[in-house]
Amino acid sequence: MNLKSKDLLGLRDISAEEIEYILNTAKTMKCIVTSNNKKTAHLQGKSIITLFYENSTRTRLSFELASKYMGASAANISASSSSVQKGETLIDTGKTIDAMGSDIIIMRHPMSGAPHLLAKNVKSSIINAGDGMNEHPTQALLDMFTILEKKGTLKGLKVAIIGDILHSRVARSNIWGLTKMGAEVNVSGPATLMPPEIEKMGVNVFSTVQEAMLDADVVMGLRIQLERQKKGLFPTIREYARFFGVDDKRLKLAKEDAIVLHPGPVNRGVELSTSVTDGEQSFINEQVTNGVAVRMALLYLLTRRGTVNEVTD
Amino acid sequence: MKLLIKNGHVVDAKTGLDSVTDILAVDGIIHDIGSDIDETGCEVIDANGLYVFPGLVDAHCHLRDPGYEYKEDIETGTRSAAKGGFTSVACMPNTNPVLDNEALIKYVINKAKTDGIVNVFPIGAVSKGLKGEELSEIGELKFAGAVALSDDGRPVGNSSLMKKAMQYASMFDITIISHCEDLDLVDEGLMNEGFQSSILGLKGNPAPAEEVMIARDLILAEYTKATIHIAHVSTELGVDLIRNAKRRGVKVTAETCPHYFTLTDNACEGFNTNAKVNPPLRTQKDVDAIIQGLKDGTIDIISTDHAPHHIDEKNVEFKIAANGMVGFETAFPLAITYLVKPGHLTLKELVYKMSFNPSQMLGLNKGTIEVGKLADLMIFDINEQYKVDVSKFESKSRNSPFNGFSLYGQPQYTIVGGNPVVRKKVLL
Ligand SMILES: [Zn+2]
Ligand SMILES: [Zn+2]
Repeated sequence: MNLKSKDLLGLRDISAEEIEYILNTAKTMKCIVTSNNKKTAHLQGKSIITLFYENSTRTRLSFELASKYMGASAANISASSSSVQKGETLIDTGKTIDAMGSDIIIMRHPMSGAPHLLAKNVKSSIINAGDGMNEHPTQALLDMFTILEKKGTLKGLKVAIIGDILHSRVARSNIWGLTKMGAEVNVSGPATLMPPEIEKMGVNVFSTVQEAMLDADVVMGLRIQLERQKKGLFPTIREYARFFGVDDKRLKLAKEDAIVLHPGPVNRGVELSTSVTDGEQSFINEQVTNGVAVRMALLYLLTRRGTVNEVTD
Repeated sequence: MKLLIKNGHVVDAKTGLDSVTDILAVDGIIHDIGSDIDETGCEVIDANGLYVFPGLVDAHCHLRDPGYEYKEDIETGTRSAAKGGFTSVACMPNTNPVLDNEALIKYVINKAKTDGIVNVFPIGAVSKGLKGEELSEIGELKFAGAVALSDDGRPVGNSSLMKKAMQYASMFDITIISHCEDLDLVDEGLMNEGFQSSILGLKGNPAPAEEVMIARDLILAEYTKATIHIAHVSTELGVDLIRNAKRRGVKVTAETCPHYFTLTDNACEGFNTNAKVNPPLRTQKDVDAIIQGLKDGTIDIISTDHAPHHIDEKNVEFKIAANGMVGFETAFPLAITYLVKPGHLTLKELVYKMSFNPSQMLGLNKGTIEVGKLADLMIFDINEQYKVDVSKFESKSRNSPFNGFSLYGQPQYTIVGGNPVVRKKVLL
């Protein structure tokens, strides 16, 4: 099997089979990440660029380590030092990187659709590392990988996603991915942070966090941007925590063996109480490890496309 | 100079003419309508099997001249208009500098005389510099030749200024064309707020942002008894508000544009910046309501909102892409294909919407085929299908979401003052 597209722009436009294939490959990769010798030759001779127009040390580091563990040459361009300020267009920047022989460009951008624009205009494979409010597919893949590890399957699971769904690319990618894999998704959060007609994506929308969490197998908190309060999207952090935060009491509404995930970093006491963040049901740190494995899998599968090494299975 | 159009099916709204007949124009004026007109010394156009309409009148376009000639100028803009069957166009004042004074209104009129191939009527700004702070010299604008007033591109946000503008403009018998948008409600929205904006992760611009402002302007127009024209209506409730205001006797006319009766926000799929317009493309329910509004007469006019942009302003991230699409060369075929062919409008009704009504609203003596009037005409084939090819546009710009669409009704002849500027689809 092989990934159909040269790019990974989102989980919206990829099939359940492809997702499954990526997650399976990530299992092998996790063995490498957790072993003593984190050096393979999967990406030897490949050139991988991280192009970040928005800061994210975590995601960038995760991709960089994934590249390096597999022997690729990796370089990083961050927007502050790049040509954006000189008025260079995204397409020009992409074409320049392309011309230097890059195989994969990993891109983070504050505007939805930016990686789609780049993908249409360059030869390199584009991995979307988060675009505006649109998608963050590798985060969702690592969430799904973590769930799969703990629960053995995605099918039929009830996943509650709580918080700022409107601005969350993590939520969107998870909704696409999880529903494709047969999970049931509940969402809840302030009405001002709920995208209109989101139920048409096949999720259940609840006006209270409690209802959304009832009997959930997985509870996923989302990071709240504290600036949203200034824009009047919710009144205070205090009120947010009271009505939309996940604490021990609310977590009891979920299944006994429910797991708690969060894309991090957690605003402690806001989205998740500290006891939930550090509690036994939390797998937030495991998510980080899995992130590297999933990204290794993706890099490998994308660079392998169309080569003689391509396995036909 | 004598021009004889033979055997065309002539449709006129005002006179009710709807039959196969000949039209003779002498020195640009319609001299005779009837059969058996003597051909001697005439240039003859054989319109057998074709329809003859009054030349189309566009009440809302952007020619980008002065200031943005890299997008369009009066020459290319009017060539594009002629190709689309328009013989008169009214251009918006959001140029650089803004058409907010006598000198600039005269600049457009004079440049159109030398460079333009169709009639150009400038629209003056409501407020100085489109800033929404002080009224522009409305009386002077009118006497310089402005046919309407608008801050198009921006709303007149200050309600008190809008009220004064209506009162003052009434004295000069000039209509205000309102671009209805509550910018606080828009809140940096990029496309219609709804399912599509939710899944694309693009900030939504809710329908109420338009509707709230339509309601305000209707209320102010009723209060001041002024004449108002609502530009580019795109929502169901917007149509409803106008319908209701008309019943109450408010002096309001309204327009929509072809994209609002042909496309939904689904066209933004794939972050297609050619579908980024303001107001944004809405939902099917809104499209249906717009068509209903056209049918029942709530919406009087189809205008193009021809808004050319350079490729570099569209081939960028959706958020920073310019709003607008080129409109002249597809407007009429879209109306034929999506309104007349499915039976929503008769050809006569279409003449009202695209020629007579806009002419009336702007106070132009145009939009009808009558003896003694200027011979502004357009001729088209309703049965021939063609494929839209943006690379062949006369406009300097290519920003159209209709590339590749199969449409009917491409204009074959455009005749301005008895002078054919488009012959057999070829622009001279
Ligand atoms: Zn406008
Ligand atoms: Zn406009």
